[in-house]
Amino acid sequence: MKINSEQIVRRALMLVAFSALASLLLIAVFILKEGVPFLFKYGPLNFLLGSIWDPQAGQFGIYPMIVASLWVTLGAMAIGAPLGIAGAIFLNEFVPRSVLRVVKPAIELLAGIPSVVYGFLGVMVLAPFIRAHLGGPGLSVLAASVILGIMVLPTVISISTDAIGAVPNSYREGALALGATRWQSVHMVTVKAARSGIIASIILAMGRALGETMAVIMVVGNAVKVPHSALDSARTLTANIALEMGYATGLHREALFATGVVLFVVIMILNALATSAIKAGSRRS
Amino acid sequence: MLQRWMGWMGLAFLAGALALSGCGKQRAAFTMAGSTAFQPFAEKLADQYMAVHPDVAITVQGGGSAVGVQAALSGAAQIGMADLVTLPPEAAALKNVVVARDGIAIVVSPKNPVTQLTLDQVRRIFNGEIRTWKALGGEDTPVRVVSREAGSGTRSSFEQIVGNLKLTSEAIIQDSNGTIRETVANDANSIGYLSHGLLNDRIKAVQVDGYLCTEESIMAGHYRLVRPIYLLTRGEPAPTSKAFLDYILSEEGQSMIHSNGLIRAK
Repeated sequence: MKINSEQIVRRALMLVAFSALASLLLIAVFILKEGVPFLFKYGPLNFLLGSIWDPQAGQFGIYPMIVASLWVTLGAMAIGAPLGIAGAIFLNEFVPRSVLRVVKPAIELLAGIPSVVYGFLGVMVLAPFIRAHLGGPGLSVLAASVILGIMVLPTVISISTDAIGAVPNSYREGALALGATRWQSVHMVTVKAARSGIIASIILAMGRALGETMAVIMVVGNAVKVPHSALDSARTLTANIALEMGYATGLHREALFATGVVLFVVIMILNALATSAIKAGSRRS
Repeated sequence: MLQRWMGWMGLAFLAGALALSGCGKQRAAFTMAGSTAFQPFAEKLADQYMAVHPDVAITVQGGGSAVGVQAALSGAAQIGMADLVTLPPEAAALKNVVVARDGIAIVVSPKNPVTQLTLDQVRRIFNGEIRTWKALGGEDTPVRVVSREAGSGTRSSFEQIVGNLKLTSEAIIQDSNGTIRETVANDANSIGYLSHGLLNDRIKAVQVDGYLCTEESIMAGHYRLVRPIYLLTRGEPAPTSKAFLDYILSEEGQSMIHSNGLIRAK
């Protein structure tokens, strides 16, 4: 009887584990099946480098959105990565463990706030602030970057903290014994040793920023054009899909799936990079 | 313990399934599908109608105006809903009735001194030809155009009525009437358009060719930015759906449509 129930549980758990894998496979197959034929029909270069997106006129160039996604993501990293890494170093090296035990879960709580709430804050507080003090429409690449920069903090801090915490104490002791100051030991030894984990945290955060949709739609303004400055409005790849999905039929719908394919490929590359960064780190230590 | 629970649950499911299959049979049922702008009105009307006629079951689905036409043609829905200025050619095979109308108001921030525009000015603003408020009698600040996403019924109606409109690529895109209102209310230099029913005091409607978007000017035929809301049936409607159409066009149905922000059919 006991063996029997154990086997049932094992089978059931195996099924659950594989169902996650199966859904990933299904999503990949579905997106590729719907999107790839369009890519070849329209021409991959026309699609990726065309600068006019006008579904009614049959023009589907996503170059402005690729540029916008790139700028918004890089902007988010420029804000989120330094803040997050500095925070992780501080929490590990400069405050007692008891503080880390309280603060880290609190930061991870940030990840639980729905993205629509971040977007709402962006629309109500950040965009009017930018419009009043820096000019432009307010709903802009800058606003999206700041909001995303805050949204990726939990990812950066949480993974970086783990990486820095995993550096053996003997490294720090060795550095201090050689006469290094505390700051020298931190940036020359500890952070170097935890480098791969920190890089992985940044890459994963990039994936998060690139894929975020709701908060971005609300604060980025969604104009279909290549942004010329951080104060310009623009439209990201994710926003493009979400805005037009409801109406799209025929070629238009296929073009949106092809946009999904582009996103999917980029995110896959980012994840592979993150995984290999983590692996490289574990090989060294 | 676990087994007993499972047993009870199974029994409950069975009872539920029996109850559902039992009551579905005697009711006359039909489906409405299409325009998301009219969907909430159709749902309310259907609820009110079913409260009085418990023997009728009406299902209301969205999908957009194009879906409304397609569903009526294919018979997937007995009544299609569409809010289009001109019905597509394939809808010629359908019988249509206008059940309500919706004005599209041009709105700016209450801080903006501009109070009236001509239709031609509206066209040139949204084309991106007029770029400062100075040219329109306002301050020397840039005009920020706010529009709906491609495919939106409100946007296609707006573009059709204004005519010769190719939306500037500078336009900020918002995906609902509500977010258009927020964006325009928050930015003193912006201009947008939205459904008449969603006007409030946070934004200011401007006169177009001398007339405000009010019920009176729409009923009198003065205000130009108006789109009809059609209900479509394939051939003569069946008696049950005909009775419902009559209810929508009756005083009770029309006053419900009116009190929720749309304009009467006649």
